[in-house]
Amino acid sequence: MLTRRDVFQAIADPTRRAILLLVASQSMTAGAIAANFDTARPTVSKHLSILTECELLTQEQDGREMYYHLNPKKMKEIADFIEPFRKMWDDRFNKLESIMKKYTTKK
Amino acid sequence: MERKTKIHAEDGQQTIIITREFDLPVELLFKAHADADLFGEWMSHEYASTKMVKLEGHQHGGYRFITTDAQGNVVFGANGAFHEFVPNEKITRTFEMENTPFSVQLEFLEFEKLSDDRSRLTMHSIYRTVELRDQLLKLPFSQGISMAHNRLQEIVSKLK
Repeated sequence: MLTRRDVFQAIADPTRRAILLLVASQSMTAGAIAANFDTARPTVSKHLSILTECELLTQEQDGREMYYHLNPKKMKEIADFIEPFRKMWDDRFNKLESIMKKYTTKK
Repeated sequence: MERKTKIHAEDGQQTIIITREFDLPVELLFKAHADADLFGEWMSHEYASTKMVKLEGHQHGGYRFITTDAQGNVVFGANGAFHEFVPNEKITRTFEMENTPFSVQLEFLEFEKLSDDRSRLTMHSIYRTVELRDQLLKLPFSQGISMAHNRLQEIVSKLK
């Protein structure tokens, strides 16, 4: 039985992140994706099934070929989760920058 | 939209790496971390003000800062010890939030000169457990929700 994985586990792996980047520009077949990696084909297939299981990728049958698409909705979910933390630091650092810029001109 | 501050937090790991490039000479970037008044200024915002009550910027030194709300109530306190304090290069320190269930964390701050007027800060924080790291990462997310919730309650109570 497959264990239920969450999206954060899915993006923890560097190969899976590379796959997401690849598929972001265009839909691709498993073969075309695997051609970009030195890893064995079954390993890439396993990564694809994990990404599909987490709904980061969606599959679409086109004739004999199965194409993988990026699911932007799920990707946004990840970005949104970490965004408030990033925003908090970004606000702080923007403030630091403007204070220290004034500090230079004061001198 | 340009995202100047980048967060790197791999799943299953107990670290967070924050990087940011500044339009500032590295000396000024470091000074913002080594001067009590300047630190308090950039860590404050419209709802709360932060004051560095102790800053001994040297090896074996330490720091403590407190944040108060508009009414003067202490809403947040944090302190730590400096293990390394090398001007314009690095600060290695512990960071502990007071009166919270969070355990102390270890932080490596690296200050890099990119050019005469540009610099980069890398903050590498290590947490006791992966769970604590995840909770901390989610903190501003849940605070955002609870702040929105409070605001909603405020508005609703005025309607009554």
